[in-house]
Amino acid sequence: MGLSVTIRDLELKNPVMTASGTFGYGEEYAEFLDLSRLGAVVVKGLSLMPKEGNPPPRIVETASGMLNAIGLQNIGIERFIHEKVPFLRTYDTKIIVNFFGDSIDEYVAAAERLSSVDGIHGLEMNISCPNKQAGWCIFGTDPRVTSQVVQAVRKATALPLIVKLSPNVTDISVIARAAVDAGADALSVINTLTGMAIDIRTRKPKLANRTGGLSGPAIKPVAMRMVYEVYKAVKVPIIGMGGIMTAEDALEFIIAGATGVAVGTANFIHPTAAVDILDGISAFLTQERIADINTLRGIAHAC
Amino acid sequence: MIEVNKGTDPLLKRAFSLFRKTDEGLQILYRVRGKGTGILRNMKEGTVLDMLGPLGNFYPMPPEDKTPLVIAGGIGIASVFSLVERLADRAIVFYGARTKDDLLMSKEVKDYAKEVIVSTDDGSAGLKGTAADALQTFLSSHSFSPSHFYIYACGPQPLLKSLSQIAKEYRIRAYVSMEEHMACGIGACLGCVVKTYEGYKRVCKEGPVMNAMEIVW
Repeated sequence: MGLSVTIRDLELKNPVMTASGTFGYGEEYAEFLDLSRLGAVVVKGLSLMPKEGNPPPRIVETASGMLNAIGLQNIGIERFIHEKVPFLRTYDTKIIVNFFGDSIDEYVAAAERLSSVDGIHGLEMNISCPNKQAGWCIFGTDPRVTSQVVQAVRKATALPLIVKLSPNVTDISVIARAAVDAGADALSVINTLTGMAIDIRTRKPKLANRTGGLSGPAIKPVAMRMVYEVYKAVKVPIIGMGGIMTAEDALEFIIAGATGVAVGTANFIHPTAAVDILDGISAFLTQERIADINTLRGIAHAC
Repeated sequence: MIEVNKGTDPLLKRAFSLFRKTDEGLQILYRVRGKGTGILRNMKEGTVLDMLGPLGNFYPMPPEDKTPLVIAGGIGIASVFSLVERLADRAIVFYGARTKDDLLMSKEVKDYAKEVIVSTDDGSAGLKGTAADALQTFLSSHSFSPSHFYIYACGPQPLLKSLSQIAKEYRIRAYVSMEEHMACGIGACLGCVVKTYEGYKRVCKEGPVMNAMEIVW
């Protein structure tokens, strides 16, 4: 059965990946599943310097979803390289490192450092974070700024470069085109949707950060529509994500146009979710006598 | 972490303390507070639930020559019960609740404790006030060396905070079981952190039991 998919020249044994921020640095899940079964492990977002993150409460459960405002807490790129990469390299899977910065220079420096390390197969850029050089506006909500930061990172790395798009925009296909024209090899669609929840007793936002990113099944229809739109807009591979809980959800994304799929919030609920979804996809292909998963991609557009 | 339904609302597993182990298995003691525990209450006997655990650490046992003071605020009894049981007649338990009716399992607690000092917010049973008030009264009426005691506590955060202040004042070693909103329970989501003097620590992984002096209250 053909499960393997390709992102630029990076061949994944299957389309199932983990969504950044929901899978730690991989080792947290190693006791629950065999990381070598995954198409790729996408690790928690990293910055040049360690980041402490936001004060608690950092998460709130919502109807079929959750809001998080972790604040990009991470151990920093150097510690990741020395403490986590050696472990990840013992597995037969592709390691994709999600990273971010608060300035274009920081993105570039991070990309350069990560590209110098053996065992990292690809980079995923988080552009849903604030730009301190431009009044803290979000990089990924302006096509011009998206273009600038992606172009700069493109020059700094030869690794496959995936840009993770923010859904908090008017027209995601405009940002998608800007990222691809600037050199993105693939797009992750989507990051979390900005949301809020209020405690009626304290009359205050439930998250200490006030707002947070909504994930989980609640956002799946929005993510699906965005994958569909981005597929129409650009030619590069799309990694579809947003509320994938089951193999059926993952297949929907592939049919909408995704080459790969990333399992996110589901990892929190069932630590084996990613491999369970992979098994479900295999079973579906067998059942439907589909020889190669790549033939399913984007066929929703045929009608 | 226990799954309370097969659907997606509520979405996340719920974190519970292991109340005690019996010949029949593990028991959970919970108070119905929200959506998840509401579903649990209405569940038919024999329903199979997905569970992940046990997770995290436990109260470190005190040396033989110490007297453990165990403080439970409300449903916090669920967390410290097995400690009291394991301490077999050594613990002095300060059990506080809102009212007399909120004092669950008090008979069982008495069976394993050396002494139980009950308090209720409304005075309907035992002393009037919180478990922290009861502890304060106890400590101020005894002459002792602070190194004679170990404090263990689980309960609402304001109670744990006042207990830590008391422990600090009397220089007694204190361990508190912390609570925070939790998604995964295995250290990945970084949702359940509490602020300590060494940075944020995860309740699910480095806790739930933490040294009270480490925490930035």
